[in-house]
Amino acid sequence: MNAASLINLAYIVASILFIFGLKMLGRQSTARRGNLLSSLGMLLAVVVTLFDRQVISFQWITVGLVAGAAIGFACAKLIKMTSMPEMVALLNGCGGLASLLVGWAEYGKIRHGGWAAYLEHATGTPVFTTTVIFLAVLIGGLTFTGSLYAFGKLSGKLSGKPVLFAGQQIVNGALVLGLFAAGALYVIEHGDGAAGLNAFYAFLALALILGVTMVMPIGGGDMPVVISMLNSLSGLAACAAGFVITNNVLIVAGCLVGTSGVILTIIMCKAMNRSLANVLFSGFGADTGAKSGEGMTVEGELKPISAEDSFAVLEAARNVVIIPGYGMAVSQAQHVVRELAEALEHNGAEVRFAIHPVAGRMPGHMNVLLAEANVPYEQLAEMDAVNPQMPMMDVAIVIGANDVVNPAAARDQASPIYGMPIINAHEARTVICLKRGQGAGFSGIENHLFLAPNTRMLYGDAKASLSAVVSEFKAVAA
Amino acid sequence: MDLMFLFFIFVLAAFLGFELIAKVPSQLHTPLMSGSNAISGITIVGALIAAGADDGSALTTILGTAAVALATINVVGGYLVTDRMLGMFKKKPTDSKEGPAQ
Repeated sequence: MNAASLINLAYIVASILFIFGLKMLGRQSTARRGNLLSSLGMLLAVVVTLFDRQVISFQWITVGLVAGAAIGFACAKLIKMTSMPEMVALLNGCGGLASLLVGWAEYGKIRHGGWAAYLEHATGTPVFTTTVIFLAVLIGGLTFTGSLYAFGKLSGKLSGKPVLFAGQQIVNGALVLGLFAAGALYVIEHGDGAAGLNAFYAFLALALILGVTMVMPIGGGDMPVVISMLNSLSGLAACAAGFVITNNVLIVAGCLVGTSGVILTIIMCKAMNRSLANVLFSGFGADTGAKSGEGMTVEGELKPISAEDSFAVLEAARNVVIIPGYGMAVSQAQHVVRELAEALEHNGAEVRFAIHPVAGRMPGHMNVLLAEANVPYEQLAEMDAVNPQMPMMDVAIVIGANDVVNPAAARDQASPIYGMPIINAHEARTVICLKRGQGAGFSGIENHLFLAPNTRMLYGDAKASLSAVVSEFKAVAA
Repeated sequence: MDLMFLFFIFVLAAFLGFELIAKVPSQLHTPLMSGSNAISGITIVGALIAAGADDGSALTTILGTAAVALATINVVGGYLVTDRMLGMFKKKPTDSKEGPAQ
Protein backbone atom coordinates (compact mmCIF):
# COMPACT_ATOMS: atom_id res chain seq x y z
CA MET A 1 0.00 0.00 0.00
CA ASN A 2 1.45 3.35 -0.96
CA ALA A 3 1.48 6.60 0.98
CA ALA A 4 -1.41 8.12 -0.93
CA SER A 5 -3.71 5.24 -0.02
CA LEU A 6 -2.69 5.42 3.63
CA ILE A 7 -3.42 9.14 3.66
CA ASN A 8 -6.83 8.52 2.14
CA LEU A 9 -7.56 5.82 4.71
CA ALA A 10 -6.69 8.31 7.45
CA TYR A 11 -9.07 10.82 5.82
CA ILE A 12 -11.85 8.24 6.02
CA VAL A 13 -11.14 7.79 9.73
CA ALA A 14 -11.19 11.59 10.15
CA SER A 15 -14.55 11.76 8.35
CA ILE A 16 -15.97 9.10 10.66
CA LEU A 17 -14.75 11.07 13.68
CA PHE A 18 -16.47 14.21 12.32
CA ILE A 19 -19.72 12.31 11.78
CA PHE A 20 -19.72 10.81 15.27
CA GLY A 21 -18.63 14.13 16.71
CA LEU A 22 -21.53 15.96 15.11
CA LYS A 23 -23.98 13.29 16.17
CA MET A 24 -22.77 13.47 19.76
CA LEU A 25 -22.91 17.28 19.70
CA GLY A 26 -26.66 16.92 19.34
CA ARG A 27 -27.14 15.48 22.82
CA GLN A 28 -26.42 17.20 26.09
CA SER A 29 -24.79 14.23 27.80
CA THR A 30 -22.37 13.49 24.97
CA ALA A 31 -21.83 16.94 23.45
CA ARG A 32 -18.47 17.68 25.02
CA ARG A 33 -16.98 14.33 24.06
CA GLY A 34 -18.42 14.78 20.57
CA ASN A 35 -16.55 18.03 20.18
CA LEU A 36 -13.34 16.36 21.39
CA LEU A 37 -13.82 13.52 18.93
CA SER A 38 -14.30 15.89 16.04
CA SER A 39 -11.18 17.84 17.05
CA LEU A 40 -9.21 14.57 17.03
CA GLY A 41 -10.48 13.98 13.51
CA MET A 42 -9.17 17.40 12.55
CA LEU A 43 -5.79 16.72 14.15
CA LEU A 44 -5.52 13.43 12.26
CA ALA A 45 -6.41 15.10 8.97
CA VAL A 46 -3.79 17.80 9.52
CA VAL A 47 -1.04 15.39 10.53
CA VAL A 48 -1.45 12.99 7.62
CA THR A 49 -1.67 15.88 5.16
CA LEU A 50 1.89 16.78 6.16
CA PHE A 51 2.95 13.47 4.60
CA ASP A 52 1.28 14.30 1.29
CA ARG A 53 3.78 14.13 -1.57
CA GLN A 54 2.78 17.63 -2.66
CA VAL A 55 3.96 19.01 0.68
CA ILE A 56 7.69 19.50 0.43
CA SER A 57 8.46 22.69 2.31
CA PHE A 58 7.51 23.08 5.95
CA GLN A 59 8.82 26.48 6.92
CA TRP A 60 5.76 28.47 5.83
CA ILE A 61 3.38 25.84 7.13
CA THR A 62 5.00 26.19 10.55
CA VAL A 63 4.65 29.98 10.42
CA GLY A 64 0.96 29.74 9.52
CA LEU A 65 0.16 27.03 12.06
CA VAL A 66 1.92 28.76 14.95
CA ALA A 67 0.45 32.18 14.21
CA GLY A 68 -3.06 30.79 13.68
CA ALA A 69 -2.99 28.58 16.76
CA ALA A 70 -1.78 31.44 18.97
CA ILE A 71 -4.48 33.83 17.73
CA GLY A 72 -7.22 31.19 17.89
CA PHE A 73 -6.18 30.15 21.39
CA ALA A 74 -6.08 33.71 22.67
CA CYS A 75 -9.48 34.55 21.16
CA ALA A 76 -11.16 31.46 22.57
CA LYS A 77 -9.79 32.03 26.07
CA LEU A 78 -10.29 35.78 26.31
CA ILE A 79 -13.69 36.20 24.71
CA LYS A 80 -16.60 37.04 26.99
CA MET A 81 -19.66 34.83 26.78
CA THR A 82 -21.82 37.84 25.95
CA SER A 83 -19.64 38.41 22.89
CA MET A 84 -20.11 34.88 21.60
CA PRO A 85 -22.24 35.81 18.55
CA GLU A 86 -19.57 38.10 17.11
CA MET A 87 -16.84 35.56 17.92
CA VAL A 88 -18.68 32.91 15.95
CA ALA A 89 -19.11 35.37 13.08
CA LEU A 90 -15.41 36.19 13.09
CA LEU A 91 -14.29 32.53 13.12
CA ASN A 92 -16.70 31.88 10.29
CA GLY A 93 -15.16 34.71 8.30
CA CYS A 94 -11.67 33.23 8.80
CA GLY A 95 -12.85 29.87 7.47
CA GLY A 96 -14.48 31.46 4.45
CA LEU A 97 -11.41 33.51 3.58
CA ALA A 98 -9.17 30.45 4.00
CA SER A 99 -11.26 28.53 1.47
CA LEU A 100 -11.12 31.48 -0.91
CA LEU A 101 -7.33 31.58 -0.60
CA VAL A 102 -7.04 27.84 -1.21
CA GLY A 103 -8.92 28.30 -4.49
CA TRP A 104 -6.78 31.29 -5.39
CA ALA A 105 -3.54 29.43 -4.56
CA GLU A 106 -4.54 26.56 -6.88
CA TYR A 107 -5.18 29.08 -9.62
CA GLY A 108 -1.77 30.57 -8.87
CA LYS A 109 -0.18 27.13 -9.34
CA ILE A 110 -1.98 26.70 -12.65
CA ARG A 111 -0.84 30.08 -13.96
CA HIS A 112 2.71 29.55 -12.71
CA GLY A 113 3.33 26.14 -14.24
CA GLY A 114 0.68 25.90 -16.95
CA TRP A 115 -2.14 23.38 -17.31
CA ALA A 116 0.02 20.53 -18.60
CA ALA A 117 2.30 20.57 -15.57
CA TYR A 118 -0.63 21.10 -13.20
CA LEU A 119 -2.64 18.14 -14.47
CA GLU A 120 0.36 15.85 -14.05
CA HIS A 121 -0.10 16.09 -10.29
CA ALA A 122 -3.76 16.96 -9.91
CA THR A 123 -7.00 15.41 -11.03
CA GLY A 124 -9.38 17.49 -13.07
CA THR A 125 -9.99 19.11 -16.40
CA PRO A 126 -9.53 22.81 -17.19
CA VAL A 127 -13.32 23.37 -17.26
CA PHE A 128 -14.02 21.43 -14.07
CA THR A 129 -11.15 22.95 -12.11
CA THR A 130 -11.89 26.52 -13.13
CA THR A 131 -15.59 26.05 -12.32
CA VAL A 132 -14.88 24.83 -8.80
CA ILE A 133 -12.23 27.52 -8.26
CA PHE A 134 -14.92 30.04 -9.19
CA LEU A 135 -17.32 28.46 -6.67
CA ALA A 136 -14.72 28.33 -3.88
CA VAL A 137 -13.83 32.00 -4.41
CA LEU A 138 -17.48 33.03 -4.73
CA ILE A 139 -18.77 31.22 -1.63
CA GLY A 140 -15.61 31.88 0.38
CA GLY A 141 -15.73 35.58 -0.49
CA LEU A 142 -19.42 35.91 0.39
CA THR A 143 -18.80 34.17 3.69
CA PHE A 144 -15.79 36.33 4.51
CA THR A 145 -17.21 39.82 4.00
CA GLY A 146 -20.72 38.77 5.06
CA SER A 147 -19.32 37.48 8.35
CA LEU A 148 -17.20 40.59 8.85
CA TYR A 149 -20.23 42.81 8.32
CA ALA A 150 -22.28 40.65 10.68
CA PHE A 151 -19.42 40.91 13.19
CA GLY A 152 -19.59 44.69 12.89
CA LYS A 153 -23.33 44.69 13.51
CA LEU A 154 -23.16 42.25 16.42
CA SER A 155 -20.32 44.01 18.20
CA GLY A 156 -22.05 47.36 17.81
CA LYS A 157 -19.32 48.80 15.60
CA LEU A 158 -21.89 49.15 12.82
CA SER A 159 -25.53 50.00 13.25
CA GLY A 160 -27.70 46.97 13.89
CA LYS A 161 -30.48 48.56 11.89
CA PRO A 162 -31.14 47.31 8.40
CA VAL A 163 -29.48 49.54 5.80
CA LEU A 164 -31.72 50.06 2.81
CA PHE A 165 -31.28 52.26 -0.22
CA ALA A 166 -33.29 52.79 -3.34
CA GLY A 167 -32.70 50.15 -5.98
CA GLN A 168 -30.93 47.82 -3.55
CA GLN A 169 -32.41 44.71 -5.14
CA ILE A 170 -31.35 45.97 -8.57
CA VAL A 171 -27.80 46.58 -7.38
CA ASN A 172 -27.64 43.10 -5.83
CA GLY A 173 -29.13 41.57 -8.96
CA ALA A 174 -26.55 43.35 -11.11
CA LEU A 175 -23.77 42.13 -8.82
CA VAL A 176 -24.95 38.53 -9.16
CA LEU A 177 -25.21 38.84 -12.94
CA GLY A 178 -21.73 40.38 -13.13
CA LEU A 179 -20.37 37.58 -10.92
CA PHE A 180 -21.70 34.83 -13.11
CA ALA A 181 -20.69 36.62 -16.33
CA ALA A 182 -17.12 36.94 -15.03
CA GLY A 183 -17.24 33.33 -13.85
CA ALA A 184 -18.42 32.12 -17.26
CA LEU A 185 -15.68 34.05 -19.04
CA TYR A 186 -13.13 32.64 -16.60
CA VAL A 187 -14.23 29.07 -17.26
CA ILE A 188 -14.37 29.55 -21.05
CA GLU A 189 -10.85 30.98 -21.05
CA HIS A 190 -9.70 28.17 -18.70
CA GLY A 191 -8.34 31.01 -16.59
CA ASP A 192 -5.62 31.54 -19.20
CA GLY A 193 -4.29 34.80 -20.58
CA ALA A 194 -5.12 38.32 -19.53
CA ALA A 195 -8.86 37.78 -20.05
CA GLY A 196 -8.89 34.80 -17.67
CA LEU A 197 -6.90 36.65 -15.03
CA ASN A 198 -9.05 39.78 -15.23
CA ALA A 199 -12.22 37.70 -15.04
CA PHE A 200 -10.81 36.08 -11.90
CA TYR A 201 -10.11 39.42 -10.23
CA ALA A 202 -13.54 40.67 -11.31
CA PHE A 203 -15.52 37.90 -9.64
CA LEU A 204 -13.21 37.94 -6.63
CA ALA A 205 -14.02 41.62 -6.07
CA LEU A 206 -17.74 41.20 -6.84
CA ALA A 207 -18.08 38.28 -4.40
CA LEU A 208 -16.50 40.37 -1.64
CA ILE A 209 -18.86 43.27 -2.36
CA LEU A 210 -21.91 41.02 -2.56
CA GLY A 211 -21.14 39.59 0.90
CA VAL A 212 -21.55 43.09 2.35
CA THR A 213 -24.62 44.12 0.38
CA MET A 214 -26.27 40.79 1.22
CA VAL A 215 -26.03 41.26 5.00
CA MET A 216 -26.58 45.04 4.96
CA PRO A 217 -30.41 45.05 4.74
CA ILE A 218 -30.85 42.44 7.49
CA GLY A 219 -31.84 43.74 10.90
CA GLY A 220 -30.31 42.90 14.27
CA GLY A 221 -33.17 40.68 15.37
CA ASP A 222 -32.77 38.49 12.30
CA MET A 223 -29.14 37.79 13.16
CA PRO A 224 -29.78 34.19 14.30
CA VAL A 225 -30.78 33.41 10.71
CA VAL A 226 -27.80 35.25 9.21
CA ILE A 227 -25.29 33.61 11.53
CA SER A 228 -26.51 30.11 10.83
CA MET A 229 -26.67 30.84 7.10
CA LEU A 230 -23.08 32.14 7.05
CA ASN A 231 -22.05 29.05 8.99
CA SER A 232 -23.61 26.91 6.32
CA LEU A 233 -21.84 28.90 3.59
CA SER A 234 -18.43 28.47 5.26
CA GLY A 235 -18.98 24.70 5.08
CA LEU A 236 -19.94 24.89 1.43
CA ALA A 237 -16.87 27.03 0.72
CA ALA A 238 -14.66 24.30 2.23
CA CYS A 239 -16.58 21.80 0.16
CA ALA A 240 -15.90 23.77 -3.04
CA ALA A 241 -12.22 23.98 -2.07
CA GLY A 242 -12.37 20.19 -1.70
CA PHE A 243 -13.54 19.87 -5.30
CA VAL A 244 -10.67 22.13 -6.40
CA ILE A 245 -8.01 19.91 -4.88
CA THR A 246 -10.18 16.77 -5.35
CA ASN A 247 -9.96 15.88 -1.69
CA ASN A 248 -12.65 13.70 -0.13
CA VAL A 249 -12.29 14.78 3.47
CA LEU A 250 -12.90 18.42 2.54
CA ILE A 251 -15.97 17.49 0.55
CA VAL A 252 -17.45 15.32 3.29
CA ALA A 253 -16.69 17.63 6.22
CA GLY A 254 -17.64 20.78 4.33
CA CYS A 255 -20.87 19.23 3.16
CA LEU A 256 -21.79 18.09 6.69
CA VAL A 257 -21.30 21.63 7.97
CA GLY A 258 -23.18 23.06 5.01
CA THR A 259 -26.25 20.92 5.56
CA SER A 260 -26.27 21.27 9.34
CA GLY A 261 -26.15 25.04 8.82
CA VAL A 262 -29.08 24.82 6.41
CA ILE A 263 -31.12 22.92 9.01
CA LEU A 264 -30.37 25.50 11.69
CA THR A 265 -31.30 28.27 9.27
CA ILE A 266 -34.63 26.58 8.55
CA ILE A 267 -35.32 26.12 12.27
CA MET A 268 -34.64 29.81 12.87
CA CYS A 269 -36.89 30.89 10.00
CA LYS A 270 -39.68 28.63 11.22
CA ALA A 271 -39.36 30.10 14.70
CA MET A 272 -40.20 33.45 13.16
CA ASN A 273 -42.76 32.06 10.74
CA ARG A 274 -40.93 33.68 7.85
CA SER A 275 -39.27 32.40 4.73
CA LEU A 276 -35.53 32.72 4.20
CA ALA A 277 -36.20 35.02 1.23
CA ASN A 278 -38.28 37.27 3.46
CA VAL A 279 -35.47 37.48 6.04
CA LEU A 280 -32.82 38.17 3.40
CA PHE A 281 -34.62 40.68 1.25
CA SER A 282 -37.36 42.40 3.20
CA GLY A 283 -35.26 44.78 5.31
CA PHE A 284 -37.56 43.81 8.16
CA GLY A 285 -37.97 46.52 10.75
CA ALA A 286 -36.56 49.31 8.61
CA ASP A 287 -39.94 50.81 7.81
CA THR A 288 -40.86 51.72 11.37
CA GLY A 289 -43.71 54.12 11.76
CA ALA A 290 -45.06 53.54 8.30
CA LYS A 291 -47.17 50.69 9.49
CA SER A 292 -48.00 51.86 12.98
CA GLY A 293 -51.19 53.54 11.89
CA GLU A 294 -52.59 50.50 10.14
CA GLY A 295 -52.19 48.03 12.98
CA MET A 296 -54.79 47.12 15.53
CA THR A 297 -54.85 49.75 18.25
CA VAL A 298 -54.78 48.48 21.76
CA GLU A 299 -56.41 50.26 24.65
CA GLY A 300 -54.36 50.56 27.77
CA GLU A 301 -51.46 52.35 29.27
CA LEU A 302 -47.99 51.53 30.47
CA LYS A 303 -48.14 50.92 34.21
CA PRO A 304 -44.76 51.31 35.87
CA ILE A 305 -43.79 49.32 38.96
CA SER A 306 -40.98 49.88 41.43
CA ALA A 307 -38.45 47.29 42.51
CA GLU A 308 -40.04 47.17 45.98
CA ASP A 309 -43.48 46.44 44.57
CA SER A 310 -41.99 43.85 42.21
CA PHE A 311 -40.53 42.15 45.24
CA ALA A 312 -43.92 42.12 46.95
CA VAL A 313 -45.51 40.48 43.91
CA LEU A 314 -42.70 37.93 43.56
CA GLU A 315 -42.61 37.07 47.24
CA ALA A 316 -46.20 35.87 47.05
CA ALA A 317 -45.65 33.92 43.83
CA ARG A 318 -45.43 30.13 43.81
CA ASN A 319 -44.87 29.61 40.09
CA VAL A 320 -42.56 31.95 38.24
CA VAL A 321 -41.38 31.89 34.66
CA ILE A 322 -38.46 34.01 33.49
CA ILE A 323 -38.36 34.97 29.81
CA PRO A 324 -34.99 36.37 28.79
CA GLY A 325 -34.25 38.27 25.58
CA TYR A 326 -31.44 40.21 23.95
CA GLY A 327 -31.78 42.90 26.63
CA MET A 328 -30.40 40.43 29.18
CA ALA A 329 -27.29 39.99 27.03
CA VAL A 330 -26.87 43.73 26.56
CA SER A 331 -26.96 44.52 30.26
CA GLN A 332 -25.04 41.30 31.09
CA ALA A 333 -27.71 40.50 33.64
CA GLN A 334 -27.46 36.70 33.46
CA HIS A 335 -25.71 36.31 36.84
CA VAL A 336 -28.15 38.47 38.74
CA VAL A 337 -31.00 36.65 36.96
CA ARG A 338 -29.68 33.41 38.43
CA GLU A 339 -29.46 35.06 41.87
CA LEU A 340 -33.10 36.09 41.54
CA ALA A 341 -34.10 32.56 40.53
CA GLU A 342 -32.29 31.18 43.57
CA ALA A 343 -33.91 33.70 45.88
CA LEU A 344 -37.32 32.77 44.50
CA GLU A 345 -36.65 29.07 44.96
CA HIS A 346 -35.44 29.71 48.45
CA ASN A 347 -38.75 31.42 49.02
CA GLY A 348 -40.56 28.23 47.95
CA ALA A 349 -41.43 29.14 44.40
CA GLU A 350 -40.88 26.96 41.38
CA VAL A 351 -38.82 28.78 38.77
CA ARG A 352 -38.27 27.96 35.15
CA PHE A 353 -36.83 29.78 32.19
CA ALA A 354 -38.72 29.96 28.93
CA ILE A 355 -36.43 30.33 25.93
CA HIS A 356 -37.71 31.41 22.54
CA PRO A 357 -35.74 29.86 19.66
CA VAL A 358 -34.80 33.27 18.22
CA ALA A 359 -34.26 35.16 21.48
CA GLY A 360 -30.94 36.97 21.23
CA ARG A 361 -28.59 37.29 18.31
CA MET A 362 -27.65 33.71 17.48
CA PRO A 363 -29.29 30.31 17.79
CA GLY A 364 -29.24 29.25 21.45
CA HIS A 365 -27.81 32.59 22.62
CA MET A 366 -29.83 32.72 25.88
CA ASN A 367 -28.95 29.14 26.78
CA VAL A 368 -25.24 29.92 26.62
CA LEU A 369 -25.55 33.01 28.80
CA LEU A 370 -27.65 31.26 31.44
CA ALA A 371 -25.27 28.31 31.42
CA GLU A 372 -22.43 30.73 32.05
CA ALA A 373 -24.35 31.96 35.09
CA ASN A 374 -24.64 28.35 36.34
CA VAL A 375 -28.35 27.97 35.70
CA PRO A 376 -28.84 24.19 35.43
CA TYR A 377 -30.07 23.29 31.96
CA GLU A 378 -33.01 21.26 33.28
CA GLN A 379 -34.50 24.56 34.36
CA LEU A 380 -34.54 25.88 30.80
CA ALA A 381 -37.70 25.08 28.90
CA GLU A 382 -38.50 25.46 25.23
CA MET A 383 -41.40 27.58 24.09
CA ASP A 384 -43.71 24.69 23.25
CA ALA A 385 -43.21 23.09 26.65
CA VAL A 386 -43.91 26.26 28.60
CA ASN A 387 -46.88 27.70 26.74
CA PRO A 388 -49.49 25.17 27.95
CA GLN A 389 -48.47 25.85 31.56
CA MET A 390 -48.56 29.61 31.20
CA PRO A 391 -52.06 30.15 32.69
CA MET A 392 -50.82 28.44 35.89
CA MET A 393 -47.97 30.91 36.28
CA ASP A 394 -48.30 33.50 39.02
CA VAL A 395 -45.67 35.78 37.57
CA ALA A 396 -43.90 35.98 34.24
CA ILE A 397 -40.72 38.09 34.31
CA VAL A 398 -39.78 39.36 30.86
CA ILE A 399 -36.15 40.50 30.78
CA GLY A 400 -35.31 42.53 27.71
CA ALA A 401 -37.44 40.41 25.38
CA ASN A 402 -39.88 42.11 23.08
CA ASP A 403 -41.17 40.62 19.85
CA VAL A 404 -40.98 37.05 21.11
CA VAL A 405 -43.65 37.84 23.73
CA ASN A 406 -45.79 40.24 21.70
CA PRO A 407 -49.37 38.93 21.52
CA ALA A 408 -49.88 41.01 18.37
CA ALA A 409 -48.16 38.13 16.58
CA ALA A 410 -51.23 36.03 17.33
CA ARG A 411 -54.00 38.63 17.12
CA ASP A 412 -53.16 41.45 14.80
CA GLN A 413 -53.14 40.50 11.13
CA ALA A 414 -51.70 43.89 10.19
CA SER A 415 -48.68 43.40 12.43
CA PRO A 416 -45.40 42.66 10.63
CA ILE A 417 -44.76 39.79 13.02
CA TYR A 418 -48.24 38.29 12.58
CA GLY A 419 -48.01 34.50 12.63
CA MET A 420 -44.75 34.28 14.53
CA PRO A 421 -44.99 31.77 17.39
CA ILE A 422 -44.53 33.55 20.72
CA ILE A 423 -44.18 32.71 24.39
CA ASN A 424 -47.63 33.46 25.82
CA ALA A 425 -46.39 35.59 28.70
CA HIS A 426 -49.67 37.55 28.68
CA GLU A 427 -51.51 34.47 29.98
CA ALA A 428 -49.64 34.56 33.29
CA ARG A 429 -51.47 36.15 36.20
CA THR A 430 -49.03 39.01 36.48
CA VAL A 431 -46.36 40.04 34.00
CA ILE A 432 -43.35 42.11 35.01
CA CYS A 433 -41.50 43.51 32.01
CA LEU A 434 -37.98 44.83 32.47
CA LYS A 435 -37.20 47.43 29.88
CA ARG A 436 -34.62 50.13 29.55
CA GLY A 437 -36.91 52.85 28.23
CA GLN A 438 -40.30 53.41 26.74
CA GLY A 439 -39.28 53.01 23.06
CA ALA A 440 -40.34 50.17 20.82
CA GLY A 441 -38.16 47.08 20.30
CA PHE A 442 -35.69 46.56 17.48
CA SER A 443 -38.49 46.00 15.01
CA GLY A 444 -40.25 49.18 16.07
CA ILE A 445 -43.49 47.33 16.62
CA GLU A 446 -45.72 48.36 19.46
CA ASN A 447 -45.87 45.55 22.01
CA HIS A 448 -49.43 44.76 23.09
CA LEU A 449 -48.09 42.89 26.09
CA PHE A 450 -46.78 46.08 27.67
CA LEU A 451 -50.27 47.62 27.55
CA ALA A 452 -52.11 44.59 28.93
CA PRO A 453 -54.02 45.11 32.19
CA ASN A 454 -51.96 42.47 34.04
CA THR A 455 -48.58 43.90 32.94
CA ARG A 456 -46.32 46.10 35.03
CA MET A 457 -43.26 47.81 33.60
CA LEU A 458 -40.03 47.83 35.60
CA TYR A 459 -37.99 50.50 33.85
CA GLY A 460 -34.23 50.82 33.98
CA ASP A 461 -31.13 48.77 33.31
CA ALA A 462 -32.09 45.10 33.74
CA LYS A 463 -29.06 44.31 35.88
CA ALA A 464 -29.66 47.24 38.25
CA SER A 465 -33.41 46.59 38.53
CA LEU A 466 -32.91 42.91 39.27
CA SER A 467 -30.17 43.62 41.80
CA ALA A 468 -32.60 45.86 43.65
CA VAL A 469 -35.22 43.08 43.75
CA VAL A 470 -32.66 40.50 44.85
CA SER A 471 -31.43 42.74 47.66
CA GLU A 472 -35.01 43.02 48.91
CA PHE A 473 -35.14 39.22 49.10
CA LYS A 474 -31.82 39.19 50.93
CA ALA A 475 -32.99 41.82 53.39
CA VAL A 476 -35.98 39.65 54.30
CA ALA A 477 -33.89 36.49 54.59
CA ALA A 478 -31.36 38.17 56.86
CA MET B 1 -9.93 9.79 -9.16
CA ASP B 2 -13.00 9.96 -11.30
CA LEU B 3 -14.63 13.37 -10.87
CA MET B 4 -18.06 11.75 -10.81
CA PHE B 5 -17.14 10.01 -7.57
CA LEU B 6 -16.64 13.38 -5.94
CA PHE B 7 -20.24 14.35 -6.70
CA PHE B 8 -21.38 10.98 -5.46
CA ILE B 9 -19.63 11.57 -2.14
CA PHE B 10 -20.98 15.11 -1.99
CA VAL B 11 -24.60 14.06 -2.38
CA LEU B 12 -24.34 11.24 0.16
CA ALA B 13 -22.64 13.52 2.67
CA ALA B 14 -25.44 16.07 2.22
CA PHE B 15 -28.10 13.50 3.10
CA LEU B 16 -26.01 12.30 6.03
CA GLY B 17 -25.73 15.88 7.30
CA PHE B 18 -29.50 16.36 7.21
CA GLU B 19 -30.06 13.09 9.08
CA LEU B 20 -27.44 13.88 11.73
CA ILE B 21 -28.70 17.29 12.76
CA ALA B 22 -32.44 16.88 12.26
CA LYS B 23 -33.38 16.82 15.94
CA VAL B 24 -31.15 18.86 18.16
CA PRO B 25 -32.51 20.54 21.31
CA SER B 26 -32.45 24.31 20.97
CA GLN B 27 -30.12 24.79 23.92
CA LEU B 28 -27.38 23.04 21.96
CA HIS B 29 -27.79 25.25 18.91
CA THR B 30 -24.89 27.54 19.73
CA PRO B 31 -22.35 24.79 20.53
CA LEU B 32 -23.51 22.85 17.49
CA MET B 33 -22.99 25.90 15.36
CA SER B 34 -19.55 26.75 16.68
CA GLY B 35 -18.57 23.07 16.67
CA SER B 36 -19.56 22.63 13.06
CA ASN B 37 -17.92 25.96 12.31
CA ALA B 38 -14.67 24.46 13.61
CA ILE B 39 -15.14 21.50 11.27
CA SER B 40 -15.46 23.87 8.33
CA GLY B 41 -11.84 24.74 9.11
CA ILE B 42 -11.04 21.43 7.37
CA THR B 43 -10.07 23.67 4.51
CA ILE B 44 -6.76 23.72 6.43
CA VAL B 45 -5.90 20.53 4.52
CA GLY B 46 -6.05 22.42 1.25
CA ALA B 47 -4.15 25.30 2.81
CA LEU B 48 -1.33 23.01 3.96
CA ILE B 49 -0.98 21.54 0.49
CA ALA B 50 -0.84 25.02 -1.02
CA ALA B 51 1.63 26.40 1.52
CA GLY B 52 3.92 23.37 1.34
CA ALA B 53 3.89 23.00 -2.44
CA ASP B 54 7.06 25.05 -2.97
CA ASP B 55 6.58 25.23 -6.73
CA GLY B 56 8.75 28.31 -6.94
CA SER B 57 5.78 30.67 -7.09
CA ALA B 58 5.82 33.26 -4.33
CA LEU B 59 2.10 33.93 -4.83
CA THR B 60 1.11 30.35 -4.01
CA THR B 61 3.27 30.34 -0.90
CA ILE B 62 1.91 33.67 0.36
CA LEU B 63 -1.71 32.70 -0.28
CA GLY B 64 -1.16 29.24 1.18
CA THR B 65 0.52 30.53 4.34
CA ALA B 66 -2.26 33.07 4.92
CA ALA B 67 -4.81 30.31 4.36
CA VAL B 68 -3.05 28.04 6.87
CA ALA B 69 -3.05 30.80 9.49
CA LEU B 70 -6.73 31.68 8.94
CA ALA B 71 -7.92 28.07 8.86
CA THR B 72 -5.93 27.36 12.03
CA ILE B 73 -7.61 30.29 13.79
CA ASN B 74 -10.94 28.82 12.69
CA VAL B 75 -10.07 25.32 13.89
CA VAL B 76 -8.33 26.12 17.17
CA GLY B 77 -10.65 28.97 18.13
CA GLY B 78 -13.75 27.04 17.10
CA TYR B 79 -13.00 23.87 19.05
CA LEU B 80 -11.78 25.66 22.17
CA VAL B 81 -14.71 28.05 22.33
CA THR B 82 -17.16 25.19 21.82
CA ASP B 83 -15.49 23.21 24.58
CA ARG B 84 -15.63 26.23 26.87
CA MET B 85 -19.34 26.65 26.22
CA LEU B 86 -20.14 22.98 26.69
CA GLY B 87 -18.16 22.97 29.92
CA MET B 88 -20.61 25.54 31.28
CA PHE B 89 -23.71 23.48 30.61
CA LYS B 90 -24.22 21.84 33.97
CA LYS B 91 -26.82 19.62 35.44
CA LYS B 92 -28.56 20.71 38.57
CA PRO B 93 -26.32 19.82 41.53
CA THR B 94 -27.77 16.82 43.35
CA ASP B 95 -27.90 18.50 46.75
CA SER B 96 -30.14 21.31 45.54
CA LYS B 97 -33.67 21.66 46.72
CA GLU B 98 -36.38 21.00 44.20
CA GLY B 99 -39.14 23.55 44.39
CA PRO B 100 -42.40 22.22 45.83
CA ALA B 101 -44.27 20.59 43.01
CA GLN B 102 -47.65 22.13 42.46
